[in-house]
Amino acid sequence: MQVLFARHQVRVYRFVLRLVGNQAVAEDLISEVFLDVWRQADRFEGRSAVSTWLLAIARFKALSTMRRKPDEELNEEMAGAIEDKSDDPEVSIQKKDKSAALRKCLEALSPEHREVIDLVYYHEKSVQEVAEIVGIPEATVKTRMFYARKRLSELLKTAGIDRGWP
Amino acid sequence: MNQANQKMSADDIEALLPWYAAGTLDAREADQVEAALAADAELTRRLELAREEMAETVLLNESLGVPSPRVMENLFKAIDSERRRSRAPAAGGGMGGWLMDLFTPRAFAFAAGAAVVIMVLQAGVIAKLALQDRVETRSSFEPASAPPAATRGLEIGSFALVRFAPQANMADVTRFLDAHDAVIVDGPRPGGPGGLYRVRIARRYVGKEELERLVKEFQSASNLISMAVPSE
Repeated sequence: MQVLFARHQVRVYRFVLRLVGNQAVAEDLISEVFLDVWRQADRFEGRSAVSTWLLAIARFKALSTMRRKPDEELNEEMAGAIEDKSDDPEVSIQKKDKSAALRKCLEALSPEHREVIDLVYYHEKSVQEVAEIVGIPEATVKTRMFYARKRLSELLKTAGIDRGWP
Repeated sequence: MNQANQKMSADDIEALLPWYAAGTLDAREADQVEAALAADAELTRRLELAREEMAETVLLNESLGVPSPRVMENLFKAIDSERRRSRAPAAGGGMGGWLMDLFTPRAFAFAAGAAVVIMVLQAGVIAKLALQDRVETRSSFEPASAPPAATRGLEIGSFALVRFAPQANMADVTRFLDAHDAVIVDGPRPGGPGGLYRVRIARRYVGKEELERLVKEFQSASNLISMAVPSE
């Protein structure tokens, strides 16, 4: 358990923190996640990666904590739960920092778009794994990722960066 | 047409660019994306957009920090509490699955034994036979009153990072750790030649002054320990 915890705690924590937007809540949740894993270890059948299983449990718990049903979509209300301490995209552009602007726009995405982007780019989950974690069909995963990236381009364009796509 | 022969549309290919950038496509899909990229400069440019997104997403997530030590403390306190309540093998005991093996007392006993092995290799003075005895009996680092092996090293306590002296031998290290009611709980960690070990030097939380006093006791055993510092 110690090895499992050491190996996965940081990524699970970051995934949960991005969902709930509160460090203390995220920490409490990952304790619960790993405790559940310890209790339910016999249910793990090895069909998916352990990290995928952990993220699915973490997502369920995070959504439950947010008093929402797990199969409901995340919404803008949750986006508001994340404190925003950085400059807005336009200010970032004024600083001629495209990278910062891109990160700012990533943070400005809706929770459901941010979630799929995090799972694909940061957690390196395949289409199938994202579908398993989020509980949606694989085709929906692809569509959601496309619209997340499209929205990102729109936000960047608003901030003065035209990526020429889509 | 079977799946292997299916040719994806341009839109399908483009939709897969994020996964191609992340390296999480299967071989068949990756081959098709690569073929399309070779024939389409605009698609290549769009792949670069995906790579930019990925780089910034990673940076954004990495900036979120790490959970505090209290998470691990709370977790293993809860596990310990449930174990005591149930007085039974780990939840789901008796059922299959490799993951369960990670939670069994035997696995933890093995992990603790492995820590002993590593330490002994570092010292470079212990015969293989003696080492096996150590692993099998598990006595030197586990006082009779110690908690079950499954939770050994995981319970609350006070810890130090320790590097053992190259000339230290197992018998002396064992006596020293026993005398101080100390247990190796993790290691070796990166930290230069010899490796660092996390050692529980008190079974409970102690204040900063008491921790420093205990660490000084370790530091004073310079024939056995070349470095000791307080740890989280």
